[in-house]
Amino acid sequence: MMLSLAILALLSVAAPWVCRYAGPARGVVLAAFPLGIGAWFASKIPSVADGGGIVETFAWLPELGLELTFRLDGLGLLFALLVTLIGAGVLLYAGTYMQGHHQIGRFFAYLIGFMTSMLGLVLADNLILLFIFWELTSITSYLLIGFNHDKKESRSGALQALMVTGLGGLAMLAGLVVLAFAAGDLAGVAGGVWNMSELPEGLSGHAHYPWIVALVLAGCLTKSAQFPFYFWLPSAMAAPSLVSAYLHSSTMVKAGVYLIARLHPNLATGTAEGLWEGLLIGFGAATMFVGAYLATRQTLYKRLLAYSTVSSLGVMVMLIGMGHPDAAAAYILAHAMFKGCLFLVAGIVDHEAGEKDVAEIGRLFRAMPATGMAALLAGISMAGVPLAPLAGFVAKEKMIKAGLDAGPLTALLTALIIAAGSFTVFIAIMTGFKPFFGKAQREPKKHAHEAPWPMLAAPVILAVLGIVYALVPALFATPVVTAAGEAIKGGPFEAALRLDAFYYYEISLALGLSLLATLIGVGIYFGRGLWVKATSPFAKLDGVVGPARMYDYAMLGLTKGSWAQTRVLQNGSLQVYIKMTLVAILGMFAWAIWRTGALPSVGTNFERTGLLEWVLIISIAVSAIVATRLGSRLATVAVLGVIGYAVAVVFALYGGPDAAMTQFAVETLIVVIFVLVVYHLPRFAVYSGLAVRMMDLLLAATFGGVMACLVLAAGSQELFAPISAYFNEAAMPETPDGQSAYGRNLVNIILVDFRSVDTLGELVVLGIAAIGVYTLMKLRDDHEGTPVAEREGDEDEREGGNA
Amino acid sequence: MSLLLAAIIGMLFASALYMMMRRSFVKLTIGLILIGHSANLLIFTCAATRRDGSMERLPPGLIEEGQTRIEGEFADPLPFALILTAIVIAFAITAFTLVLVKRAYQEVGTDDLDNMRTTDR
Amino acid sequence: MNSLVLQTASRFLLPLLLLLSVVILLRGHNTPGGGFVGGLLAASAFALQAMAFDVESARRMLRVNLLAMVGLGLTLALVSGFFSLSVGGPLLKGLWFEVPVLGFDDPIKIGTPVLFDIGVYLTVLGVVLTMIFTLQEVVE
Repeated sequence: MMLSLAILALLSVAAPWVCRYAGPARGVVLAAFPLGIGAWFASKIPSVADGGGIVETFAWLPELGLELTFRLDGLGLLFALLVTLIGAGVLLYAGTYMQGHHQIGRFFAYLIGFMTSMLGLVLADNLILLFIFWELTSITSYLLIGFNHDKKESRSGALQALMVTGLGGLAMLAGLVVLAFAAGDLAGVAGGVWNMSELPEGLSGHAHYPWIVALVLAGCLTKSAQFPFYFWLPSAMAAPSLVSAYLHSSTMVKAGVYLIARLHPNLATGTAEGLWEGLLIGFGAATMFVGAYLATRQTLYKRLLAYSTVSSLGVMVMLIGMGHPDAAAAYILAHAMFKGCLFLVAGIVDHEAGEKDVAEIGRLFRAMPATGMAALLAGISMAGVPLAPLAGFVAKEKMIKAGLDAGPLTALLTALIIAAGSFTVFIAIMTGFKPFFGKAQREPKKHAHEAPWPMLAAPVILAVLGIVYALVPALFATPVVTAAGEAIKGGPFEAALRLDAFYYYEISLALGLSLLATLIGVGIYFGRGLWVKATSPFAKLDGVVGPARMYDYAMLGLTKGSWAQTRVLQNGSLQVYIKMTLVAILGMFAWAIWRTGALPSVGTNFERTGLLEWVLIISIAVSAIVATRLGSRLATVAVLGVIGYAVAVVFALYGGPDAAMTQFAVETLIVVIFVLVVYHLPRFAVYSGLAVRMMDLLLAATFGGVMACLVLAAGSQELFAPISAYFNEAAMPETPDGQSAYGRNLVNIILVDFRSVDTLGELVVLGIAAIGVYTLMKLRDDHEGTPVAEREGDEDEREGGNA
Repeated sequence: MSLLLAAIIGMLFASALYMMMRRSFVKLTIGLILIGHSANLLIFTCAATRRDGSMERLPPGLIEEGQTRIEGEFADPLPFALILTAIVIAFAITAFTLVLVKRAYQEVGTDDLDNMRTTDR
Repeated sequence: MNSLVLQTASRFLLPLLLLLSVVILLRGHNTPGGGFVGGLLAASAFALQAMAFDVESARRMLRVNLLAMVGLGLTLALVSGFFSLSVGGPLLKGLWFEVPVLGFDDPIKIGTPVLFDIGVYLTVLGVVLTMIFTLQEVVE
């Protein structure tokens, strides 16, 4: 498993070179890897279905107890198959679809990078590892949605997806941490339980359970585009079609569903009234209905599919919440087939006929028969047409049966399922039938023709698999769905799962309702003009108070808020910064004194002070005051020199000859530099009024007084033993022994041996300052006659160089 | 001495900060030089002060020829090492700021920081 | 500044100051001094030369590009730290070798910290002179 992740990660890095050298064969070459990995996963179906999982552990930082644990069980297997096999098909498709794009190498790197993250996500057993892969899918998805970054809607769609899923992810991280520690409480493990397979029973009784549920679901519901966070998914349709097919229908958006399913055995309360189940049913049912309804008002191919995907994700969440893991797993697998197929068909129609709007086009079947057949099969499957032996029909029957078995919620949920089902039938007709067999409003923009085989392979195979699913379920559907369902349930099913379509061919209420939904859907299709007119008042309302609008308001508020705080806190005035810093530090002192209730004790052991010290101190004091008052630049230089030399003498007297020598030399050089520039400096000017100066003086004097007290207080404290005793011991051995510094001047030894890394850093700072001076004075470009816009670019670069 | 030193450090900080709050760029530079001295003296108090808060002229941290350690009290060498590098860095900063002042004055024609705020177009 | 006094003084002082700076650098491990002080002292020697005559003559006397000297100093300091890696020690740990030299009773002791200090010396010298010469050239 880890090997497969490593292979994909390397492939992602190598993708640009593969694209360059493999030419048109790039799709085939790249698709071979995930196909092989998928085949390996497929070979594990029998053993996993028998309950034998695979666990791999890699000791990452054993000293800290950090281990990377990966686990393959039924649920992970279902998703790993979707990720690798649909991924292989999509790569093959992309090799042709993206042909001629100037950044094709980058595209494949992103796409395979996403594939790696998604595979890691579904295989990870460790919570932190899961979170890292979770965020990686968000980031790679951002890059893929915004791939056509020269278009505004791509950028805003990518940002919207990242904001919504990223914020949800942060909430989820908090939830996972709380979960791990709560589990640690229950299992009696200090430091928390971080492996999902080791989570103990009875989490729902823990005091933090509501927090865990709320925070984890915040992540899952945003990622899986549940109501009211669904709006990012339609915006994400700015991505190339195959990205939508792969990320936004088959894999990434199901990450939230995956995690819900993964944690279901641990977080479920076992009753439909429980917090976990209640939230899942509520959000899932609302999403299912709203998504399907909104889809009926779309005419763009991909947006129709996007909203219907929102609806499907709601179905999955709802089915898990209702306690029908078998139905959920069956639906996940069926949905990946028909929706993945239709998204790819949408890409073909766009690519080969130049059309995006299904309301306009029709009769494309003659030009592209294979595509049309695939779309029709997928459409019938999606609609779940009664008695059509396709995957969608089986999944839909199981869903309606679940709705009819929902206790007190039966009436409400069944009604919502049938309503959403009717809308779905309509969407299926619009996407699977209308473009190929319906009436055309006009001729397609491009001369329509059949797609080349690499683009046809995936949709056709997916459509055919939909038949195999329902006719020969034992081939792959039953073992995979059973294993996944049992993993969600957290135990084996009582009865064998029936996924063969003919099992559902009986006169029953479920079949009748299914027929009813189909008829309503067909009805909407024929009366769609009327339908759009009837629902437009709701659409207007959605435009004013809908979730997408709320997101816009929130973003606007964020921008305005940060603008306002920048103007107050970062207004570019140095004086304001200094004042704020001083006030903050003084405030902290005041707070500390208030908290401890006393001023820090000041040492009382004051010794006699010699005459030389008095002279030095007084000269520094007088100079410091004079320096602030002088109007003459040259005199100020002299006064500063006095302070510098006096400080040097203080160092020399009190045991610091090295520092004193340095101070003398530096002071001399400073005077040299001042002499060089002093007449090129502006004259001293007084810009502030008297009141401002007095305020500044008060603030500065207060701070100075506090610093003086701090010096006195600190002098009499000993928090820990000084390290100089060690320096004294380690400095000078009899002979060099490889442990000691071997020198007599402790200050110098500290600089060049004990703390030489510090010194190295300081040398680098010096070098940068020298380069700064050099560039400031020597590299001046002549700006005259250059437009402002170009100057800005120059200055940015220069700032970057100095930073 | 410790009381005097504390007073002088406070005074240096006060005048340095007062100068740094001026709108004139040259005065800001002088403030920077002064605050460098204040900080160095602040670190210096750690080197020369005994644990009881008293201060005396201690011998420097130099090991005598033929000895392997210093016997008796000596001034803590670590603060002096820190001061030494701080002096050199402060020099570099001062030189850089002076050049910046000169260059900014040349380009903008003013040394009033409030007027320079609008120059980063 | 074309002061005869300064020029005469510089002629004598330059070699003296340079010699002193090297002594301070090399003795710094055992007596007060070291790379920082030595470098500053050497810089003031060249600054004196530049003030007495002109920057061009001081640059000629140096023969080395100043920023290259900074780079050389940084490289020396860094490279001195790699020796300890070869014996499995941490980066920048000092290593000492005793090298017997003909004509001396005691062997000469050479250590990587000396190399590091020479790096400090060169960096400081290069940085300070870059600043002073740049300013002076602009003023001239």
